[in-house]
Amino acid sequence: MEVSETRFNDPKLRGLAYQAALILVLGGLIAFGVYNAYGNMIARGIPLGFSFWNEVAGFQINLHLIPYSAMSTYGRAFWVGLLNTLLVGAVSIPLATAIGFAIGAARLSPNWLLSRFALAYTNVLRNTPLLLQLLFWYNAVLRTLPGPRESLTLHNIVFLNNRGVFLPLPVPRQPAISFALSLLLAVALVAVFRLWAKRRQERTGALSPVFGFAAAAMIGLPALAALATGAPFSFEMPKLSGFNLKGGVQVIPEMAALVFGLVTFTGAFIAEIVRAGILSVPRGQFEAAGALGLHRGLAMRLVILPQAIRLIIPPLTSQYLNLIKNSSLAVFVGYPDLVQIFAGTVLNQTHAAVQVMAITMAVYLAISLLVAAALNAYNASQALRER
Amino acid sequence: MTSGELPTRRDQDDVAIAFVGVHKWYGSFHALRNVNLRVRRGERIVVCGPSGSGKSTLIRCVNGLEEHQRGSIFVDGVELTRNIRRIDEVRREVGMVFQTFNLFPHLTVLENCTLAPIWVRKIPRREAETMAMALLERVKIPEQAAKYPGQLSGGQQQRVAIARALAMSPKIMLFDEPTSSLDPEMVKEVLDTMRALAEIGMTMIVVTHEMGFARQVADRVVFMDNGEIIEINAPDPFFDDPKHERTRLFLRQILH
Amino acid sequence: MAQSIAYVRESSEPEDLPPDLYQGAVAWLKTNLFSSMASSLTTLVFVGLMIWVVPPLVAWATTNAVWAAPDGEACRQHQDGACWAFIGAKFDYLRFGSYPSAERWRVNVTEAIGGAVILWLLWPNARRRGIAALLFFFAYPILAFLLVHGSERLGLPIVDTLLWGGMFVTLLTALVAIVFSLPLGMLLALGRRSQLPVVRLAAVIFIEFVRGVPFITVLFMANTMLPLFLPEQWTPDRLLRPLVGIVLFSAAYMAEEVRGGLQAIRRGQYEGAMALGLHYPLMMALVILPQALAVVLPGIVNNFVGLFMDTTLVSIVGMTDFLEAMNNAFKDPVWSGPSVTTTGYVFAGMVYFAFCYSMARYSAFVERSLAKGRSA
Repeated sequence: MEVSETRFNDPKLRGLAYQAALILVLGGLIAFGVYNAYGNMIARGIPLGFSFWNEVAGFQINLHLIPYSAMSTYGRAFWVGLLNTLLVGAVSIPLATAIGFAIGAARLSPNWLLSRFALAYTNVLRNTPLLLQLLFWYNAVLRTLPGPRESLTLHNIVFLNNRGVFLPLPVPRQPAISFALSLLLAVALVAVFRLWAKRRQERTGALSPVFGFAAAAMIGLPALAALATGAPFSFEMPKLSGFNLKGGVQVIPEMAALVFGLVTFTGAFIAEIVRAGILSVPRGQFEAAGALGLHRGLAMRLVILPQAIRLIIPPLTSQYLNLIKNSSLAVFVGYPDLVQIFAGTVLNQTHAAVQVMAITMAVYLAISLLVAAALNAYNASQALRER
Repeated sequence: MTSGELPTRRDQDDVAIAFVGVHKWYGSFHALRNVNLRVRRGERIVVCGPSGSGKSTLIRCVNGLEEHQRGSIFVDGVELTRNIRRIDEVRREVGMVFQTFNLFPHLTVLENCTLAPIWVRKIPRREAETMAMALLERVKIPEQAAKYPGQLSGGQQQRVAIARALAMSPKIMLFDEPTSSLDPEMVKEVLDTMRALAEIGMTMIVVTHEMGFARQVADRVVFMDNGEIIEINAPDPFFDDPKHERTRLFLRQILH
Repeated sequence: MAQSIAYVRESSEPEDLPPDLYQGAVAWLKTNLFSSMASSLTTLVFVGLMIWVVPPLVAWATTNAVWAAPDGEACRQHQDGACWAFIGAKFDYLRFGSYPSAERWRVNVTEAIGGAVILWLLWPNARRRGIAALLFFFAYPILAFLLVHGSERLGLPIVDTLLWGGMFVTLLTALVAIVFSLPLGMLLALGRRSQLPVVRLAAVIFIEFVRGVPFITVLFMANTMLPLFLPEQWTPDRLLRPLVGIVLFSAAYMAEEVRGGLQAIRRGQYEGAMALGLHYPLMMALVILPQALAVVLPGIVNNFVGLFMDTTLVSIVGMTDFLEAMNNAFKDPVWSGPSVTTTGYVFAGMVYFAFCYSMARYSAFVERSLAKGRSA
């Protein structure tokens, strides 16, 4: 049999040849693109550098956690947007987790009505577009609320109207310091008690009421401090003044709609993850724990949940990432997040598309990579040791 | 003759487990039909039968893993009802070894054995660990104490499962096909462990296909088919001279 | 009481029915609704909630609703009911956008053919799926483009992409994305698993980059940057830009799905193919990829569901999809009003739900039947 002995049949050389070809092609494409971009940008008068960062923005933002005005720079606008994105994430992630775990547990409940309700919830919310849900909350719910003068109210503490959700703002007073100290003291005491209780169990086998003690300490000590030195907070209530409510914390309807939509939507996905995690612990584990005499609560705590949590954490963090990425839909409801401010208004005004998009995407990439790295570290530390 | 009467006071001291007119259904499937059986303390019972005969269901009723719908089950004098307290009480005194081991993969071998004594019997940790190490010595794998179940062979895992069940100092041990998931070369080590247990007088009910083991160790062999107890006898008469037609058929099939 | 140790059964036990307490409607209620204090309380709370919430909702959708009206007046008067009349009036716009009515038959034909091919492709145990795949990935896109866009040579008047809108655009977007992103995703997956470091690096960078950023930024990037990176004469059509973005975005996620499927194929399959003398492309095309795709079909369908829901975002770059068409319809002063908005969103939700839920059920069905087939 005549087999060609040419160099080309050597897999190693072939590999190198393919790779060289790929580098050439990709390099060529990139060079072509950059060349065109350079020419086009100059022709259309688009700035090439990052000088726009220090130019005056000239537009208002209706929610800013740091000082900002129309005279601030585009750079400052970037930071305002980034902080707003992080704010939405920080508020939504705990709420979505809470809802997700609750609905996930409900799915596993022996009560038929409860589990069917949870099933309907997850099915409906996972199969309608998030944007539709956001628009629904924003247009069909929050904007149809009455004006401030006819706000819906809960005992004049919480107000709901078409300008947003108004909550009382806690204003720290002088005794707040002793209040905070008493809280810290309570936490320290609980930690010490837990240690002591563990030692006691190891020595004598007896169990101590850790939960009861913790509850008593965390509530009792601060309460004592408040009684002794006075109320640590006074609440600034929203009050009707003129045509609007003044004072208190105002959650603008854009943020309320975004948070509501993200929390309910992501919660549905988290519920499925929780349910799948608990169900994937083999039934035999539950039986073995029961056969040893562990009652349901102990079996859950010592055997089932430790195994389920391992399976839940990876997809859970991926949902958190999805939530942060999905918060970019803020642009559709007018919430001033990073995309809406920077990739929206700033890009439109400066036309510096390449720079603006590069920065925006870099931010999201950084967040994704950070979370992925943290997850990998966690997984490595928790992997079940096998042969 | 198995007795259908309730255990009398005198009997109770002697009887470890009593099934009285027990029926169990899975949905509308009649899985256990009028089971009557008395197991005395220190007795070793082997239950055999074709698959689907109800033998696993039978022993799983003893520690409440399955619920019976008619009749009564008495374990160590306590009647098993749907009362969770009673069930937990019973489970403390009854140890169970499963076909699929069911060791807790996130705990070490030692922790598997000390979990229940610490949290259920409230034994101090050091004492529990000493006890557990002694048991691991008895099942001949003390060097594996710090390893995780996933790092052990099947035979070793099942021996750990036996040690774990024994750590609760049970009065009765139940074995649900303990060697059916093992490779042939590991079956012997597990059977030897069970044999040693039988020799010190543990009350045991073993569901198994290992007829050699049954012959050597059992006081009585119970044959079940279709949810009913068909025949009970001492091992030698049972294997050498089966009386019921179905017993004969079954033995012909498995002793080839 | 002396007992003989031996026992032999004399008569058979009759089969019996479980006691009433354990079967029938009462038993079901007891176990599922009232098994404990907590459960009973929950049941009562839910029943109460349902009594409070369900009748008004049903009334809103049926008895109080306005079913037919020439304009929005009736709906503004009856705020407590749905305005189905609005849906009826706007139905064609929601389906076709501003596509000229004389040419709408072309859209219908394209959708019908597409539906038929997809049905063939996805039907359980369909025969000669390979032909369906070839049709779907090669012939159908060309045919669809010609029909919908138009072509002078075939005598079909050109319809400008500006006029395209509604459900037709949603379906088009989703389908284009699938047709192009699946092959691209396969290439990327193979690239990621490649032994050649440069190839693997390129694939990994692309996939992780695209998966790490929000979809909307990809759309923005395609919309604003594509014209910059190409010479003036090649400026892509305003419809083409977001389509490119969607295809690239979807390809990265497809790549991960396919990669999972490739990893699930046992090493023995590769070895068997290699032992037969099949070189890499043949081995992949004939042995590995067909198996991998069968395994990941549920995942791919799930991706498609996500894609279908993501099409709602294209309105940000000026495309009029179904949801955007609905939003536009709201602005019609003849009809606008709060009950119209609510009705519109509810209707849109039902449409999306119907599509996505049935696709999800199909994917679960495929997954189950594959699991059955494999556990031999």
